[in-house]
Amino acid sequence: MSNATGRSSSSKRLGGDRLFDALLPAIATLIGLLFGAILLLVLGVNPITAYGSLFQGAFGTVSGITQTLTKATALLLVALGICIAFRGGVINIGGEGQIIVGAIASTAVALALPNLPGMLLIPLTLLAGALAGALWGGIAGVLKARFAVNEILSTVMLNAIALQLMNFLLRGPMLDPEQAAAGTNVPQSATLPDQVWLLRLVPRTLLHTGLILAIILAVLVYIFLWRTTVGYRIRAVGLNPSAARYAGIPVRRYMALAMILSGAFAGLAGAVEVTGVHHRMIEGLSGGYGFSGIVAALFGKLHPLGAIPASAIFGGLLVGADKMQRSVQVPNSLVVAVNGLVVLFVVASDYFVKRRARRRVADVPPAAMPPLAAAVAAESQG
Amino acid sequence: MTDNLLPTGLPRIDLLEMRGVVKRFPGVLACDSVDFDIKAGEVHALLGENGAGKSTLMKILYGLYRMDAGEILLNGRPVQINTPTDALKYGIGMVHQHFMLVDTLTVAENVALGLKSSRGPLLDLDKVEARVAELSRVYGLQVDPKAPVWSLPVGVRQRVEIIKALYRGAALLILDEPTAVLTPQEVDELFITLRRMTADGHSLVFISHKLREVLALSDRISVLRAGGLVGTTRNENITRHELARMMVGREVLLDRNKAPVKVGETLLSLNDVEAYRVTGTRALYNLTQELRGGEILGIAGVSGNGQRTLAEVIAGLREVRDGNVSLLGTDITKWGIDKRIEAGLRYIPEERMHDGVIQDFSIAENIILQDHVRKPFSRGIFLDFKAIARQSQKLVDEFRVKTPSIDTPIKSLSGGNIQKVILAREISNAPKVLIAAQPTRGVDIGATEYIHERLIEQRNRGTAILLISEDLDEVLALSDRIAVLYEGQIMGVVDRQDTNAEALGLMMAGVRQENLVEMKAADR
Repeated sequence: MSNATGRSSSSKRLGGDRLFDALLPAIATLIGLLFGAILLLVLGVNPITAYGSLFQGAFGTVSGITQTLTKATALLLVALGICIAFRGGVINIGGEGQIIVGAIASTAVALALPNLPGMLLIPLTLLAGALAGALWGGIAGVLKARFAVNEILSTVMLNAIALQLMNFLLRGPMLDPEQAAAGTNVPQSATLPDQVWLLRLVPRTLLHTGLILAIILAVLVYIFLWRTTVGYRIRAVGLNPSAARYAGIPVRRYMALAMILSGAFAGLAGAVEVTGVHHRMIEGLSGGYGFSGIVAALFGKLHPLGAIPASAIFGGLLVGADKMQRSVQVPNSLVVAVNGLVVLFVVASDYFVKRRARRRVADVPPAAMPPLAAAVAAESQG
Repeated sequence: MTDNLLPTGLPRIDLLEMRGVVKRFPGVLACDSVDFDIKAGEVHALLGENGAGKSTLMKILYGLYRMDAGEILLNGRPVQINTPTDALKYGIGMVHQHFMLVDTLTVAENVALGLKSSRGPLLDLDKVEARVAELSRVYGLQVDPKAPVWSLPVGVRQRVEIIKALYRGAALLILDEPTAVLTPQEVDELFITLRRMTADGHSLVFISHKLREVLALSDRISVLRAGGLVGTTRNENITRHELARMMVGREVLLDRNKAPVKVGETLLSLNDVEAYRVTGTRALYNLTQELRGGEILGIAGVSGNGQRTLAEVIAGLREVRDGNVSLLGTDITKWGIDKRIEAGLRYIPEERMHDGVIQDFSIAENIILQDHVRKPFSRGIFLDFKAIARQSQKLVDEFRVKTPSIDTPIKSLSGGNIQKVILAREISNAPKVLIAAQPTRGVDIGATEYIHERLIEQRNRGTAILLISEDLDEVLALSDRIAVLYEGQIMGVVDRQDTNAEALGLMMAGVRQENLVEMKAADR
């Protein structure tokens, strides 16, 4: 007990430590922005003006806020899928492709059944998008489960395939007849029947009911992952496939399932973009959400509820970036770089949280401090 | 003054002292002002449970850790040892528990590794080989300097490690758990070598938690407990029981009283099983064995002779290439893992942190790892948290798992407590057949005792237990019958009361049971 005093002072520090851990993502974000400020200074731009316009653009006006939330809707849906995939130990880089096929399928269904009432057509259209995304993600999932094909490679490849599929369809079979008749050939589909359009939450803006759907789904995904047996299995497989296998869980099947569900959410995001924002299939509809969604999910610590604010923040960054680009004339790529910096710091900060958690384990007083843990703590120091 | 020189031509270390050594890790006092000394020509054993501070103390001496307070005196003169290079400069060498050898290189190449060559940037292997040969002759360490390390048995690899240390000029040698990987015969050979070294004036620190071996080899014994020195004593002044008490801090039951075995019917049988490792090498060959209810069948053998594959084949984790496995009379060769679990087959895997638990899951979440889809842990698709909490709390209390709560992540528990959780999980459902692989490896004496008790209790209520252990003492203490596994085949099956460590040791080295009898007859 010769170091009892040292121990008690360290336990006094504990409360502060926890608070620090909770604030770390915010601190990391600030550091990321600080580094971004250096980049801005190099370009000869006043970072305060730049960030001011970014913030103003994203959150300063009703129009800005609605744009931010509209983007957040798509981001959140993708992020929810990413949460499931990453929790299940599979890396889904295929959000873009899954969004595209989701958008194509939902557009096709809505255009094929123009006489169905909205009450039926909306769920059917959204379901079509989710199923198409599930199929697209499922290809990668099954390839991984059956033939151990690396899912990062396969999802990236499937992105390219989906993109070309879209290019083909929007220039041929799905091309808007009006465009074809006018000979302008802008690659987009016909407008969807208006009963399938999602209700706008704020008139004359793009913000639509998809946001509410996404938030409800976030809660459901949380319940799914932490309250159901299937969610438990997905998490077990993701955290330790070996122990999961020893316990009789068919690991590969659950990895495939995680990928399928992940794809379904991205596909749904595509369907929601079509029915909520564009009311037709257009080129560039995926808008990079497949990748930004990953960032939002990571920012939300892969927790479905954490993904809600994370998506709002990233939606804001995307919208504010446009504003910043216009008002201080910096290239858009710089904004992308700043986003990247923020992500980098947030992800890195996680390492510090973990390391501090390990130290805390060693801070338990000796009675509860088992010898082996002491040895482990000793090893990790050495 | 040749008296003061070792056969390597270097001076011996007449007296090495560590005084008041303190080493703190965050929140842990790993060494609490420990005094330790060793003289030329003696074996000084450091005895203690896992985490008692033995390895930490010696890593300080070898320059791997730096102490927070205290001093090291070499022949009365204070020295600074900050790196292993410093340690070697003063003639201190260490043989690690896990060998630090490159498999694809030869013995001589391994010895030369990391050392300056006499020919600058070019190797001078002839010279190294000659020196290795000389050392192996002088110390009676049979080693071919040109042999690639992968071709050598474990016992010989250990000799290579010792030669490596001697080559680098070690007068004092720290041996960290050197017997862990050896057969009893190899242990005997090692001890002969070590005694020869001390006779020549070397000093040896023998780190161990095996009482028997410590008593067999050492001149003096120091016992560490929770970072503090409990005492140092001469070997002849102490008994096994006293040592155990010093080590644990209370009375320990070393020999187990078991009720006579009431053998039931055959619950598990393997017929002509052939199976392969992940690497494609054959792990089990023509293996036939049955296991009956109410008995503990111990599998003895040196690590890597197919024990793991045997357990995996039974649990359904590894494909059976030929032959079949049956459980309660039903052929289960083609069954999945989950189906076997449901049929009452349970498995305590040897790599508990890797295969037994999900470290980031809480204790409660780990307790339902196999059974979350079964009653009472789930209703429909939802987990029943009340039932989970009730069962987890019950098991934590019943198995005396030391934890703040059932929601604590399991990785923050000690090895012994984690193993108790696994044991609780595997036996709470009254299994028909239980495979226990290395159930007490790395676990402290207290938990070991407890785990042994519970295993015997399971046996008494009729469970068929397959005990796979590399600790021969454990196999001898618990088993009713013992099968010895060597290169994927069973060398023989003996009743516990009809055998001893020596006979088992010979079988562990590949002598078949029938030949054993002949050898005995020849002895007479």
